[in-house]
Amino acid sequence: MSEDTGASPIFAHDDHHGGELTRADEARYPVPDPGHPEHLPRLTDVDPRAADRATRQIAFFFGMVPILAIGFAVVYFAVPGDWFFDFGPLRANARNLGLGLTFGLSLLFIGIGAVQWARTLMTDEEMVDLRHGATSKPEDQQWMLTELDKVVDETKLTRRKIIGRSLLGALGFVFVPMLVGLADLGPWPTKKKRAETIEKTVWAEGVRLVNDVTFAPIKPEDIEIGQLINGEPETLKDLEGTAFQVEKAKAAIILVRMNPNTIKIPDSRRDWQVGGILCYSKICTHVGCPISLWEQQTHHLLCPCHQSTFDLGNSGVVVFGPAARSLPQLPITTDAEGYLVARSGFTVPVEPSYFDRDSRQDFEEGDN
Amino acid sequence: MPEPAITVPDSSAVEPQVPKKQAGPVFRLARGPVRWADERIGVANLLRPYFRKVFPDHWSFLLGEIALYSFIVLLLSGVFLCIWFKPSMAEVEYEGSYQLLRGLHMSEAYASTLALSFDIRGGLLLRQMHHWAAMLFVAAMLVHSLRIFFTGAFRKPREINWLIGVGLLVLGIFEGFFGYSLPDDLLSGTGMRFLDGALRATPIIGTWVEFFVFAGQFPGDLIIPRLYFIHILVVPALILGLVAAHLALVFYHKHTQFPGPGRTEDSVVGYPVFPVYAAKAGGFFFIVFGVVTLMGALMQINPVWVFGPYNPAQITAGSQPDWYMGFAEGAIRIMPGPGWEWHIGSTTWSWNIFLPLALPMTLLFGGMALYPFIEAWVTGDRSEHHLLDRPRNNPTRTGLGVAAMTAYAMLWLGGGNDLIATQLDVSLNAVTYFLRVAVFVAPVLAFLLTKRVCIGLQRSDHDRLLHGAETGVIERDLTGRYNERHRPISVGEQYALTQQAEQDALVPVGGDGDGEYSDRQIRLENLRRRATRFYFIDTLRKPSRGELEEAAAHHQHAVGHGAGHEIGVGEGDGHGEGHAAIPGTESEHLAP
Repeated sequence: MSEDTGASPIFAHDDHHGGELTRADEARYPVPDPGHPEHLPRLTDVDPRAADRATRQIAFFFGMVPILAIGFAVVYFAVPGDWFFDFGPLRANARNLGLGLTFGLSLLFIGIGAVQWARTLMTDEEMVDLRHGATSKPEDQQWMLTELDKVVDETKLTRRKIIGRSLLGALGFVFVPMLVGLADLGPWPTKKKRAETIEKTVWAEGVRLVNDVTFAPIKPEDIEIGQLINGEPETLKDLEGTAFQVEKAKAAIILVRMNPNTIKIPDSRRDWQVGGILCYSKICTHVGCPISLWEQQTHHLLCPCHQSTFDLGNSGVVVFGPAARSLPQLPITTDAEGYLVARSGFTVPVEPSYFDRDSRQDFEEGDN
Repeated sequence: MPEPAITVPDSSAVEPQVPKKQAGPVFRLARGPVRWADERIGVANLLRPYFRKVFPDHWSFLLGEIALYSFIVLLLSGVFLCIWFKPSMAEVEYEGSYQLLRGLHMSEAYASTLALSFDIRGGLLLRQMHHWAAMLFVAAMLVHSLRIFFTGAFRKPREINWLIGVGLLVLGIFEGFFGYSLPDDLLSGTGMRFLDGALRATPIIGTWVEFFVFAGQFPGDLIIPRLYFIHILVVPALILGLVAAHLALVFYHKHTQFPGPGRTEDSVVGYPVFPVYAAKAGGFFFIVFGVVTLMGALMQINPVWVFGPYNPAQITAGSQPDWYMGFAEGAIRIMPGPGWEWHIGSTTWSWNIFLPLALPMTLLFGGMALYPFIEAWVTGDRSEHHLLDRPRNNPTRTGLGVAAMTAYAMLWLGGGNDLIATQLDVSLNAVTYFLRVAVFVAPVLAFLLTKRVCIGLQRSDHDRLLHGAETGVIERDLTGRYNERHRPISVGEQYALTQQAEQDALVPVGGDGDGEYSDRQIRLENLRRRATRFYFIDTLRKPSRGELEEAAAHHQHAVGHGAGHEIGVGEGDGHGEGHAAIPGTESEHLAP
């Protein structure tokens, strides 16, 4: 390995190692260019029968296209949408298959015909073009610089600098209206706005916990130990449209019943549960997927999106995965008729973290 | 030029006459319109530089074409889908022909996607073509960029085109993400949920970004109309503009070519645009279009009717984004959560979400964008390059590229950690813990391994140059030794194998100069010199002309004596750095 001795000037542009790498250097380009290799004729160039055969192939590919195109029209109008082909375990919609095969093959045949034509019959002698560097000719470059100089002079910018500076300022500030005009992209998340939107759910004292599909209220005796139920607040059914989706996205809950003697219940949450029935937000504190993969034996709840795992037997703390915060727990009790109801709303905001979230109240491992 | 077999002596009696070419029917048909157009818009002037412009041929040059053609397929199929798709989140009751969802409440976006799939003839085909073409578009761009990277085609004067390409890749990935978010099915809604969670995790401005993008709380009723106009207007216009600039620069710079006989930095060898290149490229467009159509016909993709309408309280296990989002998804998945969220005062800093999203994207795309300038700074090379490098001839660059690919692959595997766990019956936690380490360690190993492989390949080139190609013929000489007969390679191949520019590893200069350069300049220069050592210290130098001539003479000699080269005497090792003659190999070769 030859190395620079440090004797030559140290900067690249005046260093023989950098700068222009010329191909005339025989030491580094030891083999002279043998020149463009001789053109070898193809079979189709010398054998008229091969050329005729290629012609027939190309004409066949092109000739199939009208047939396939008409086939497409036939399938379009004649094949009903509920015909299916069964190929063993595979099942295909006849119309989709027919339309796709006729259209796809007609395109493919045009392409194959054209490429075959170029490969077998078109003159295939390679040509040589000269390259010119990307740079303009020196005189053009000189012209450009001279003219640039003239133009700058003609604007009088050099003498009257204030014009240039104020113009830069003007061009900078002209973006202000464009940016300000975007300020109504959405409501501003002020403290007040946050409190009535992302920090609030429809859960409140006395709201019944209902099954998320049937909206039937739930009694403690309906839930066996180890069972998980997906729930929603009963008041959700009064909403519809966007409001329904927005509130559902926040209010979804899961109810699990565990043996109270085998789980950790901190003193502060002693009366948040009904005989081992605990209620948690269903929305992952990571990026908001609804969680419901329940490992009955370990009391772990796994999020199917990014595999964050929460220990529901330990106030919902994170035991694995990318989530950083415990799953919020909803305090519950029973009402006069014996149905499960919320004691209050969630004590902390549900859903994933956001910058303005006050996360000091969330349950952490070791809290009591 | 071959000599004509028969020469006709010059005489006044035999005037050399070229028979006038008869105009064929196609030419006669075209001549009129061409003249007509020329008299109005001067097509002859316009086309003259391009009509017979030469394009070099190599299979790897097709990768960019696949990207271009799949983009055209996206435009065409996208226009078709726009005719029926309704980008609205208004709630409707489904009454279409898919029985299983009838009576369900859903957004108009989802209902119109179902209509496209079941009620509009050909709609499903076009939907599936559009989705497959999107997958192909990003894949082709990515592989194309790898080809450019590993062959050094990003070097001067093509840096701007490389940057445009990086921009196209980023735009293509986000365009795809916005596109598959539009149908508002359960899977795409989950993707939107992820977007919401990711945006609000941005430090300081997170909540504002979320409220501005979603017009308030998730999901709201504006996100799909907003993504729609971005997906069908803003991003395609940007992509189209950049594609036009990308192609214009390819035309202006003329395409790069691999080294070979007759191919120099000053020439471009290949087929003219008309007719061969146009027929091949045009034909290839139809082939790509046809293959995408066949994929739409034969391979189901994104069956939204199976997923159902979006419901923020539901999810299916095994939810995956499209493949090009996999690396971001993987980074998010393998990031450890606990401890990575700061709670300072009444604020929350979600590094567990922000870092794995922002860092890999910044490193990948930022690294791609900066790389040409970093390498140019290291080499100090300011010349133009039109001949491509063979990846082995720049082992460090190739190693860095493979390291980046490996990091990407580890993240990508992370995006499927649940599927790896369920399909291979291994622990999900173990897969995740492994990837947390592998994403840092595997790239380093890949770099070292790749560099070694490249140097090994350089040695094999070296062997071919000096000893010729192995023939597979084993001979036993008079002393009983076994040799393999080698055959000299063609001059053309020799030429092609010695076309790489050689760079030297530089020694750092002393600290105190004569005051000509400031300390800062010297420090910077020494940093550069150390970088050249990192890059080039292991690179094998190609043989000199003298060595080649000596080897040729030896070969003649050896052939004359019916002897080849020994095998099993450490042949490959004899030609290492400095090409020293090692006793027992070289010297024996040279012995009479």
